[in-house]
Amino acid sequence: MGLSIRIKTKKTMKTLKNFGYLLAALVTVWAMPATAQAPQPWQLNLQEAATPMAKRMGDFHDMLLWIIAAIALFVLVLLVWVVIRYNSKVNPEPSQFTHNVLIEVLWTVIPVAILVVIAIPSFQLLYYQDRIEEPDMTLKVTGRQWYWDYEYPDHEGIAFSSYALAEDEIDPAKNQIRLLSTDNVVVLPVDTNIQILMTGGDVIHSWTVPAFGVKIDAIPGRLNETWVRIEKPGTYYGQCSEICGKDHAFMPIEVRAVTKEEFEQWLVTAKEEFASIDAGFQPIRTAFLQE
Amino acid sequence: MNAANTATATATADDHGHDHDDHKPGFFARWFMSTNHKDIGTLYIIFSIIAGLIGGLFSMYMRLELQEPGVQFMTMEDGSPDGHLWNVIITAHGLIMVFFVVMPGLIGGFGNWFVPLMIGAPDMAFPRLNNISFWLIVPAFLLLLGSAVVGGGAGTGWTIYPPLSSTGYGHDAIAVDMAIFALHLAGASSILGAANFITTIFNMRAPGMTLHKMPLFVWAMLVTAFLLVLAVPVLGGAITMLLTDRNFGTDFFDYAGGGDPLLFQHLFWFFGHPEVYIMILPAFGIISQIVSTFSKKAIFGYLGMAYAMVAIGFVGFVVWAHHMYTVGMDVNVRAYFTAATLIIAVPTGIKIFSWIATMWGGSIEFKTPMLWAIGFIFLFTVGGVTGVVLANAGMDVALHDTYYVVAHFHYVLSLGAVFALFAGFYYWIGKMSGRQYPEWMGCVHFWMTFIGVNTVFFPQHFLGLAGMPRRYIDYPDAYEGWNMVSSYGAYLTGAATVFFVFVVFYTLFFGRRVEANYWNAQPQSLTLEWTVSSPPPFHQFDIQPAVK
Repeated sequence: MGLSIRIKTKKTMKTLKNFGYLLAALVTVWAMPATAQAPQPWQLNLQEAATPMAKRMGDFHDMLLWIIAAIALFVLVLLVWVVIRYNSKVNPEPSQFTHNVLIEVLWTVIPVAILVVIAIPSFQLLYYQDRIEEPDMTLKVTGRQWYWDYEYPDHEGIAFSSYALAEDEIDPAKNQIRLLSTDNVVVLPVDTNIQILMTGGDVIHSWTVPAFGVKIDAIPGRLNETWVRIEKPGTYYGQCSEICGKDHAFMPIEVRAVTKEEFEQWLVTAKEEFASIDAGFQPIRTAFLQE
Repeated sequence: MNAANTATATATADDHGHDHDDHKPGFFARWFMSTNHKDIGTLYIIFSIIAGLIGGLFSMYMRLELQEPGVQFMTMEDGSPDGHLWNVIITAHGLIMVFFVVMPGLIGGFGNWFVPLMIGAPDMAFPRLNNISFWLIVPAFLLLLGSAVVGGGAGTGWTIYPPLSSTGYGHDAIAVDMAIFALHLAGASSILGAANFITTIFNMRAPGMTLHKMPLFVWAMLVTAFLLVLAVPVLGGAITMLLTDRNFGTDFFDYAGGGDPLLFQHLFWFFGHPEVYIMILPAFGIISQIVSTFSKKAIFGYLGMAYAMVAIGFVGFVVWAHHMYTVGMDVNVRAYFTAATLIIAVPTGIKIFSWIATMWGGSIEFKTPMLWAIGFIFLFTVGGVTGVVLANAGMDVALHDTYYVVAHFHYVLSLGAVFALFAGFYYWIGKMSGRQYPEWMGCVHFWMTFIGVNTVFFPQHFLGLAGMPRRYIDYPDAYEGWNMVSSYGAYLTGAATVFFVFVVFYTLFFGRRVEANYWNAQPQSLTLEWTVSSPPPFHQFDIQPAVK
């Protein structure tokens, strides 16, 4: 008896604790600090936007969510009403109507109207997203099994590879996150229109950073394009989003957005640090060709 | 107006079929050389259940692995994650569920059983072709299972995109070739079956049953058959090109030789999108029959319902690239596919509202098939509206290849097509076996499954919005909570499925025997299968039924 009560209490405690986490998570999601761009426990909605593109996507999604929730609830209410009002106990004699032109026209025309309401902002978002005409700088990304190559063609060809940190390399003191942090972080300036060029070195990968509202496939033999304009300094994470073999889950993307001044400083150190990178690349590429 | 009116004319048709010689062959000839549409239908249903249990086991293994962050089960010998094993499991799960569970169950199983019965035909138009259709899918399934174990297994995802599925990047072994052959055979089986359905429906309807009097399930099968005939050969072409790329030095999909990986994606989805309607249209048909029967009303807006399916079939062929919004297509192309995809919501909405209008004013009995049908209508709506979100190319960038997509397509397939499979099973098992399931067991199975699958898939919307990519063996720790919930839901669903197997055996051996029209279908919703005995005689309709 005592034992069972204790177990129950323990369970209740656990439930309460979980509920507490949930509440905390809800609060976190709605009031996320400016530097936390990784996914949060019990998160319910999109990651906080760091680019105008992601912001517009978030606004559009908010609108869609109202519409689809209303539609689903409307159908649910109709079903509940039908179940309550027209079950055989309440309504033993079924009526036999099979047509009603007005209602049929309505449930064709109203959805069309709703779709038009959706389509207009949808197209605006799509065309806004597509590309940036005159970028301030370019980042070139190549997806490979199972890491990313980054090149800065506008900055004397800084180039490096970026691998996931292994579990034992993760340093929580540096705010590194398992499966999201990388050895070489992509550094980009804020408030800059950055064109991102994308290709694949072996199979198809997909470069994704949710906070930027960016996802673009890295396809061998093709050059894809997207753009970002990061509005807040901070560290942003993403993961490969096209199945690419056994380590698909282990080739994350880590971007550190810094002020323009800090970016200039980084360029100086990066040029030295990655100076020998071309020599470093070669064996890896050759290894793939031989495979 | 619709098929329902058939009842009056056909009461005499077949109740005494078993009085004269039934010509039932011996066991081997009956089940291994069968040309009888009902027996072949039964074989398909048994096949579908077995494949479903295997595909379900794969899901359990996946949810077990994903329950906690870190890799606990799918490890190499040294304890490091075996990402390839994970990829093999998800690939097998997807291909099994699509080609060997939903399609054989809905089309081969219920289609074979009830299309001839509903149109008053003695059998399918080409009985021996029907036999080949079934016996092609068995080796196809064995090849597919082989593709999961031979040479390390095919870990390409069910979409088998090259270059990953080509040679040079981890799939040099014969596994992918076996998967390709599995799809060739399953595809041939589907095409032959579809030709059979089209011929049967066009040529073998009872006198008086015009196209506009056919039950909606038959309409659904007719549209589905056309989609199969038009879509599956494209898949066949694509995977054959992949096969020659892999083995005979062609470069269809290899850019280094002038090919293009995206060509495969276009071909695959030109098949793949109609394929999702191939899976859901028969489900629509089953739901229509059930809603009408248990509401004791004729289908509301019968013609609208029939032509909504035709419209969905048509539009389904011109929306394929909405699966490819992130591949770098021109922005105008993406705009077109957004618009075309959104349009599908209209005929789908017509169907949802027409089902509700059919129930409206009815006298509804909540037997198990009706529970599944109502569950289907609501959950399909949920899956449908997330489809409207995904249709927008601009929005899809955030959601493509995340768990939001996984949640979406499981809502329309696992909670849509599979709910229809169960609905059809409980609706017709008395007709097929002559024995009825115990009502309480059906209810328990429904509620366990309903709660279970919603617990599995609803939280996956949150994971997807938060950015969790699909096809991942391991995820950042922040995604733990909803993954845990999702896994618990999977275990409940698994338990429900074990219970279902028990229900099947209990019903077949101990179920109450039932008469011809055991649901007491009223004249306005009576279709011809309720005019023959349960189970129907080996050869039904000795006297051709006539429809007014």
